Amino acid sequence: MSDIVISLDRVNKWYNPTFQVLKDCSLDVRKGEVVVVCGPSGSGKSTLIKCVNALEPFQSGEIAVDGVRLREKGVDLPKLRARVGMVFQNFELFPHLSVLENLDLAQLKVLGRSKDEARAKSEALLRRVDLAAHAAKYPGQLSGGQQQRVAIARALAMDPVAMLFDEPTSALDPEMVSEVLDAMVELAREGMTMMVVTHEMGFARKVAHRVVFMDRGEIVVDAEKEEFFAANGNERARVFLSKILGH
Amino acid sequence: MFSNFDFGEIWRALPFLFLDGMRFTLTLTFLATAGGILLGTVLALLRLSGGRAVSAIVAGYVNLMRSLPLLLVIFWFYFLVPYVGQWVMGAPRPIKVGGFTSALLTFTLFEAAYFSEIIRGGIQSIPNGQAAAAAALGLTHAQTMRYVILPQVFRTMLPVLLTQTIVLFQDTSLVYVLSLDDFLGVASKIAQRDGRLVELYLFAALVYFAISFCASQAARRLQSRVAIVR
Repeated sequence: MSDIVISLDRVNKWYNPTFQVLKDCSLDVRKGEVVVVCGPSGSGKSTLIKCVNALEPFQSGEIAVDGVRLREKGVDLPKLRARVGMVFQNFELFPHLSVLENLDLAQLKVLGRSKDEARAKSEALLRRVDLAAHAAKYPGQLSGGQQQRVAIARALAMDPVAMLFDEPTSALDPEMVSEVLDAMVELAREGMTMMVVTHEMGFARKVAHRVVFMDRGEIVVDAEKEEFFAANGNERARVFLSKILGH
Repeated sequence: MFSNFDFGEIWRALPFLFLDGMRFTLTLTFLATAGGILLGTVLALLRLSGGRAVSAIVAGYVNLMRSLPLLLVIFWFYFLVPYVGQWVMGAPRPIKVGGFTSALLTFTLFEAAYFSEIIRGGIQSIPNGQAAAAAALGLTHAQTMRYVILPQVFRTMLPVLLTQTIVLFQDTSLVYVLSLDDFLGVASKIAQRDGRLVELYLFAALVYFAISFCASQAARRLQSRVAIVR
């Protein structure tokens, strides 16, 4: 099973002794696979994805990324995180750096690339997300959709083994959602391993291989896409789907 | 009122006032600001990311410094530093510390407490997502602070840091208690030597006002140039 990039094994997390946010969550993401995680708000899906690159600690169970176990003693977390790209709901570009510098920073300081090497990589990625003309601008001068595409490019600059998306379109104005989704669809079609927390079921239908449905900290459904969207699936998932699809 | 006013007195005193007095004042201000910001940043980082004991010690230091009158601290340091130096270096008798060194040490340590609070507030004002994004890219905690958080803090806190520096510039006049030749000290010495108190104290006030006012105007202009667009 060497093609498993991300594996979660009975992950449990409590915020305090009484409130459990994640209950026995197990999940495997294979190389090149796109897994969409959905569920009502407060179901723990964002927390789950943040556990994958150890931005959130968890108390029991194990997560392995590209064969490296997170809770193993002496694991180099910064090094591990550098290999997993993450895109946040609120973009989180660095406002004091230009777009190009946002892409360069971690390449220079974490990967130790030379200035020329980093610059070439950054410029190529900006062309890819169609933002080459904005390289010298600052994040505050861009629209939300443009900022999120820069954030995707910034994560890709690290040549990650997988990409994590934490509700990448939910802070966007409606007219900007599609430009970000298009960039993600393209990425998925190129074979990137992706774990995506989103309510965009159109995206799920288009490129997901599997859909995971979470409710109250538990993974309730983990199914192939076709099976998930079939009419006779899990009831909680059906209720949720009918709510967000509006019928 | 100005019939007795002797402008020539000020004219004759200018070289001494500026070449000695103002040079001393500005040197002390700049060095203490630089040292204070540097040490203040270290203190703020220790308080926020050090262990519980470390952060309690730092908090104690900051609160102590901020609760004492500066004048008292200047006095204490002036008398204590030679003995502390003796103890640290194991010298047979109290070491000699010049007035300037003592004043610089005092102001640096005192201002560090204020600067550390400014910087701590600045760090806490940066949204958590920034540190999370930096961590997600593989930056270590130290790199996150250095390349992502602190550059934003210094930009947003620039007006407050500069205001604090202008206050420090005025506060350096307190070294008169050590009979040092700062700008006010020199003015005061000439005033008493020549019996020209009105001329020199008025002139001194004017100079402090002009410099502080211009500096705060310049600070405002600088602020709009380095402000971060969010």
